[in-house]
Amino acid sequence: MTAIAKVVRTTAFKLAATYFVVFTVFAVVFVGWISRETDRILTQQVQDSIEAEIGVLADEGLSKGLTGIVAAIEQRSRVPGASLYVIADASGNVVAGNVTEVPPALLQRSGIDPVTIPYKRLEGDSTRHLAMVRVLPLPNGLRMLVGRDVSDIERIRVVVAKAMMIGVGLLIALALLSWFFVSRRVLKRIDQVSATSRRIMDGDLSGRLEVTGTGDEFDRLAASLNAMLDRIEALLSGLKDVSDNIAHDLKTPLTRLRTRVEAALAGPERTDEYRAALEATIEDSDQLIRTFNALLMIARIEAGSPDGAMAPLDLAPIVADVAEFYEPVAEEAEVYLALSLEEPLPMLGSRELISQALGNLVDNAIKYVKSGDAKPSPARVQVTARREGSDIVVHVADNGPGIPASERERVLERFVRLEKSRSQPGSGLGLSLVDAVAKLHHGSLSLGDAGPGLVVTLRFPAAS
Amino acid sequence: MRILLVEDDRETAAYLVKALKEAGHVPDHAADGEEGAFLAEANRYDVMVVDRMLPKKDGLTLVSEARAKGNDTPVLILSALGQVDDRVTGLRAGGDDYLAKPYAFSELLARVEVLARRRKPGEAETLLRVGDLELDRLSHTVRRAQTSIPLQPREFRLLEYLMKHAGQVVTRTMLLENVWDYHFDPQTNVIDVHISRLRSKVDKGFSETLVHTVRGAGYMIRDSHR
Repeated sequence: MTAIAKVVRTTAFKLAATYFVVFTVFAVVFVGWISRETDRILTQQVQDSIEAEIGVLADEGLSKGLTGIVAAIEQRSRVPGASLYVIADASGNVVAGNVTEVPPALLQRSGIDPVTIPYKRLEGDSTRHLAMVRVLPLPNGLRMLVGRDVSDIERIRVVVAKAMMIGVGLLIALALLSWFFVSRRVLKRIDQVSATSRRIMDGDLSGRLEVTGTGDEFDRLAASLNAMLDRIEALLSGLKDVSDNIAHDLKTPLTRLRTRVEAALAGPERTDEYRAALEATIEDSDQLIRTFNALLMIARIEAGSPDGAMAPLDLAPIVADVAEFYEPVAEEAEVYLALSLEEPLPMLGSRELISQALGNLVDNAIKYVKSGDAKPSPARVQVTARREGSDIVVHVADNGPGIPASERERVLERFVRLEKSRSQPGSGLGLSLVDAVAKLHHGSLSLGDAGPGLVVTLRFPAAS
Repeated sequence: MRILLVEDDRETAAYLVKALKEAGHVPDHAADGEEGAFLAEANRYDVMVVDRMLPKKDGLTLVSEARAKGNDTPVLILSALGQVDDRVTGLRAGGDDYLAKPYAFSELLARVEVLARRRKPGEAETLLRVGDLELDRLSHTVRRAQTSIPLQPREFRLLEYLMKHAGQVVTRTMLLENVWDYHFDPQTNVIDVHISRLRSKVDKGFSETLVHTVRGAGYMIRDSHR
């Protein structure tokens, strides 16, 4: 039962059944119409020839009387394929003609409508035939019957009926064949698609749909699905990289934290040791929370969620505030922090997010300007904000070691810190956060060569 | 002071109650929103500390309903949601301050004490005084022992905030939020550098130190003779 239901549910079955019904209806209507028309025309022909015979015989009768009619009948009866002629008296006895037996009741009919009757021929075969006849009254109570054999019409009917049966049979066969073809050749590919998708869903991301190269709809479908799968695979492997990095950047401090607590418990029971371990633990957990917050924040910014955070603002005082905020830090690190501002710089944005992004850039510049082997003297961080056409551009440039051109793209990825800078504190999320903020503001982040040093450029669309 | 703590996590609540008691306060604990609303109506508290996500009635509803009934007790909202827009929602519902989880107890305590103090009259004083240090909010001048101390505008606001809460611990985050209006984590110890710069102007050359570092918590400006 379920197996049948399953077959019935398949598209192949539905298609085949639909074709079958449509073509059968078409064939029945078409063949029916043809047979009816043929029947009608043939019957008409028979009637016409009967009328013609009657006309000729009537002429004979008018000129030569009854004997003339009989003589004409005798003569005509001898021609092969002759019509039927009977002249009988009132009681039904055949007087003349080429038919041995006619139902007597028929001769009493006075109608002029031709009727179909079975009869027996006088000569030759003795089988009963069907004929179309017309009965006419003659003088002296005699009756004349003129008719034509209609076995041919019957035969044609049989042929048509047979043709119809054969046709419908053929249609059934064709429907079955198309079902077979559609399900084997076409739907098989759809099944392949679902089978492949299932395999991919089960985790085999490298699976791809077969492209046969015929360029048909299935190929095009397979090609776009494959392109989608490529994208998903790329996204997932990106996600995997991120989670590997999360695992690294969160697990490392977690392990350190755990080890420290363990070591403190295993060590001497001294309050100062415990205190030191606990304080370091809090510090580590704070760093973990920071990393975690940064991740969440990036995710939220990338999802574009801070609704209503965007407002018309002037970027100039924001840049000035950030520079002022980090100025003591720069001074302490013996880095000269210079600010060059054009005013005003109107744009649409979030003060909080832009401040954080700029803070990250300035903080990074101060941290890394002296990280190279050649210490620049004086170490310098230059913050510039100005309008360039319809853009507002913020540069944060330093004269430190910079980042090799080949690695610039990579540092924008989450958690990437170039090996050299692993020793510096930070989550490695700074630049990806800045990138996310830039994108949220329909702007861009790019890294360049300050010759020497690194220049980070933030570009936002200016408000008109 | 009397503090109402509405927090559903049993362990956190127990720890907070104990720690608040040790800090000399009288905390009442409610484990869900309805109990919290009941206690808030029945008693007079100096500060309410309300978790944002609570069973039976969520924290923001509790606060906005209390405000609608004319309850003007300062409220500190605790939440796992720490983004700027979450903070804005929290403050709009009637919260006076917003603290994202996880937080240090010192941070919570500092904020609770500052909130409680906020209610007391005399906030609009134009002259703030700590020991021999004077800050005039109208003329934007600072003097110590009759010597004028020139300060940058931001340094002035930093000192003003510290003096406004003289004798109370203010955390780095509180300074970041109230002096700079930044709600993000600057990663580096920027605040410490600002404080040490302020110290060099306010305390350097004087026998008595006014700006103190409170270990593991933040800073406090205090006249040790009083």
